Amino acid sequence: MKATVLVRPKPGILDPQGEAVESSLRQLGFAVAEARVGRVVDVDVEATDPVEARVQLERMCEQLLANPLIESYEIELVG
Amino acid sequence: MSERARIAVVTFPGSNDDRDACHALELLGAEPLAVWHGDAELPPVGAVVLPGGFSYGDYLRAGAIARFSPAMQAVAEFAAGGGLVLGICNGFQVLCEAGLLPGVLRRNASLDFVCQDVDVRVERTDTPFTATAAEGDVLTIPVKHGEGCWYAGAELLAELEAAGQIVLRYAGANPNGSVADVAGVVNRGRNVMGLMPHPEHAVDPLLGPTGGVAILGSLVAAASRIPVLA
Repeated sequence: MKATVLVRPKPGILDPQGEAVESSLRQLGFAVAEARVGRVVDVDVEATDPVEARVQLERMCEQLLANPLIESYEIELVG
Repeated sequence: MSERARIAVVTFPGSNDDRDACHALELLGAEPLAVWHGDAELPPVGAVVLPGGFSYGDYLRAGAIARFSPAMQAVAEFAAGGGLVLGICNGFQVLCEAGLLPGVLRRNASLDFVCQDVDVRVERTDTPFTATAAEGDVLTIPVKHGEGCWYAGAELLAELEAAGQIVLRYAGANPNGSVADVAGVVNRGRNVMGLMPHPEHAVDPLLGPTGGVAILGSLVAAASRIPVLA
């Protein structure tokens, strides 16, 4: 079962990378209020049950894919 | 003080300050023992140093992968038994990711890699890593990192301040934007410490400042008092 995990800096956490992207976009002439940079992890889980796959993915996020002190995560099951 | 302190220095793929750490420890009277990341057991030692570098290419997050190495499992057990562990730069990142130290190290606020001498103030001397310094001492030690911005939420930070776990703070300009100017912390048991500055690069007057002697010298002194179990 394929899934996409989105890892983001939590709201309120300083994101210097996002700020640099934001100011660069402005320099290109885009009207941008804010940009934040996260990470995408595509995972192919060896599970057929979406509920079980989600449980596995949550544990992956808590234990490795995200650092819960500073990052939030979102799991999208692709099928 | 009797025998020379035996101190393990762990080399991960991508570590690059392991030899400097060994050299500095030797200069300060210890016997360094090189440990490979694949070693599942530590030799009998009084302390362990996790050196700087870019273990596992900084994949995912700096320090995030090293905790799965056999050597780190041994280091975690060593620390759990009260063993002294010092993480320098990448070693600090590894210890935070492994959950052996509080907080996390993030990309420098400036986004720039910093490489310069910095002044750090000794905030606590009741640790085996700072016992030979005096409170308030300002040590000049170089930093060289891209992800040294230590972060902890307000609640965790208050807890650490109250427990006296903030051991070193940048005394001059903060090179990375860390919360509360934190440069080094210890765990609750005070046997595990991490710091971003590199004391192993500051022990020989020929090469510049010698602020690292206070840190590594304290560790060597503490490790030499510990009976080593074979």
